[in-house]
Amino acid sequence: MTAKTRAPALGSEGWFTADPEPALLGQQCTACRTFVFPKAGYGCPNPACLGTEFDEVRLSRSGTVWSYTDACYQPPAPYVTPTEEHVPFCIAAVELAEEGLVIMGQVVAGVTVADLRVGQRMELVIDVLFSDDDTDHLIWKWKPVTEGEVA
Amino acid sequence: MSGSNDVAVLGVGMHPWGKWGRNFVEYGVTAAQDALRDAGIAWSDVDFVSGADTMRNGYPGYVSGATFAQALGWTGARVASSYAACASGVTALEAARTRILAGLADVALVVGADTTPKGFLAPNAGDRPTDPDWLRFRLLGATNPTYFALAARRRMDVYGATSEDFAKVKVKNARNGLANPNARFQKAVSVDDVLASPMVADPLHLLEICATSDGGAAVILCSMAFAARHAGSAGAPVRVAGVSTVTPTYPNTVIDLPDMATDSTAVVARDERTFKQSIAHAAYEEAGIGPDDLSLAEVYDLSTALELDWYEDIGLCKQGEAERLLNDGDTQLGGRIPVNPSGGLACFGEAVPAQAIAQICEVTWQLRGQATGRQVEGATAGITANQGLFGHGSSVVLVR
Repeated sequence: MTAKTRAPALGSEGWFTADPEPALLGQQCTACRTFVFPKAGYGCPNPACLGTEFDEVRLSRSGTVWSYTDACYQPPAPYVTPTEEHVPFCIAAVELAEEGLVIMGQVVAGVTVADLRVGQRMELVIDVLFSDDDTDHLIWKWKPVTEGEVA
Repeated sequence: MSGSNDVAVLGVGMHPWGKWGRNFVEYGVTAAQDALRDAGIAWSDVDFVSGADTMRNGYPGYVSGATFAQALGWTGARVASSYAACASGVTALEAARTRILAGLADVALVVGADTTPKGFLAPNAGDRPTDPDWLRFRLLGATNPTYFALAARRRMDVYGATSEDFAKVKVKNARNGLANPNARFQKAVSVDDVLASPMVADPLHLLEICATSDGGAAVILCSMAFAARHAGSAGAPVRVAGVSTVTPTYPNTVIDLPDMATDSTAVVARDERTFKQSIAHAAYEEAGIGPDDLSLAEVYDLSTALELDWYEDIGLCKQGEAERLLNDGDTQLGGRIPVNPSGGLACFGEAVPAQAIAQICEVTWQLRGQATGRQVEGATAGITANQGLFGHGSSVVLVR
């Protein structure tokens, strides 16, 4: 059996990298220096700026929980349930201090809402969203930083 | 006293909310006919038809103004159709109000109706990887309740709100809805009932999240001059004193449907008001009144906890004090400032393009003293507030 292809999930191409370390790829406007994630399709979202050029930047790999919840019910399509039976998963919105952004993401499997609280430290990982016959469709997820670990 | 930018609410009407499964046009026409009867005018008196669109009923839903106009019988009236997610009804109302204030119309019909599918609201079919509404489902599995729950959990961790506090909002609204013949759910519930219902998105249970419903609502708006000519025994009409359809200010720092991230605060400082705070603020500014002048409020309780957010966002109390307001009984019928005397979305479920219009119907009945069984005594001013997705929101101040 050959190894599956690993590719960003449809729609998230260019939004993150695993190399050399997992990071979200945002943009920084070359004119006003504001940050954008996901990438701006058209121009700078700062209404005081007419910038149209951006530097691609790696966003901070860790941040603090702004809020969190879980998905007890199976989400409808276009969500693809990765397992035969729906297994509840958590979703966190994480605040990145340097960029001033709050970014949502699924939380890695095995974490429940009882393990989370507002203000706690999370780090970014790249994980499988779902798999089909030949491809692992990848996405970013948040993972709690345990005491003593350096993110 | 009436302001120079006031228009009159001459009539209101609704088709009861439910899960009827029939053509949305039927609900809209029923509501429009009720509103015309309530106003005491003929359909041919209406010179502008403003429809609030539904996205789930094919082409007739995208041109709702014309759809309802044809169903009521073509009269040559001018027409417009608006879509602004949950705020569609007020966007349609604003089109009518501004046309009347510009002197281009005397009498307008504002109408919205919906027939909704079962279960979670989900995006349209097909792969659309550049559509944020598709992306949040596909990449995160983030449903509407996900966002409601993020707001709820934040209240708990930041302000110390409890699940019991949230459940009490449902208990209050369910009690109010018992007396509302247009409400879909007319059943009292207890805190235990709420907490025993299945968890959907922690900390929110099934009974704390608004359902999707079928329904229709309509308002007849007219110029103050037309209202004066038309006034019979009805006395002074209810007036629309302020309308807000503001968009967020960059940087929008509270994550909301359907986005996966906020704007950045790295370069531009956040505004003194959040988006939801700015929605009501703009309506108060136009109306020239403030929260202390209100007799009641109809706010968008998509979840129990979101009703508490609104207490703060429309200025009924300071940040973090909503649970105290609720627990002191201030927002129940008979309290200082009853919120959702209609029963709110908790008793209606959401019929998207009709809901913001339904809020105006309820405030109108309250200001006329016609809200039998749920009347706020001596009501003279009310506000509606709602928020849709993609940066839409609305608020209307009504006075009498």
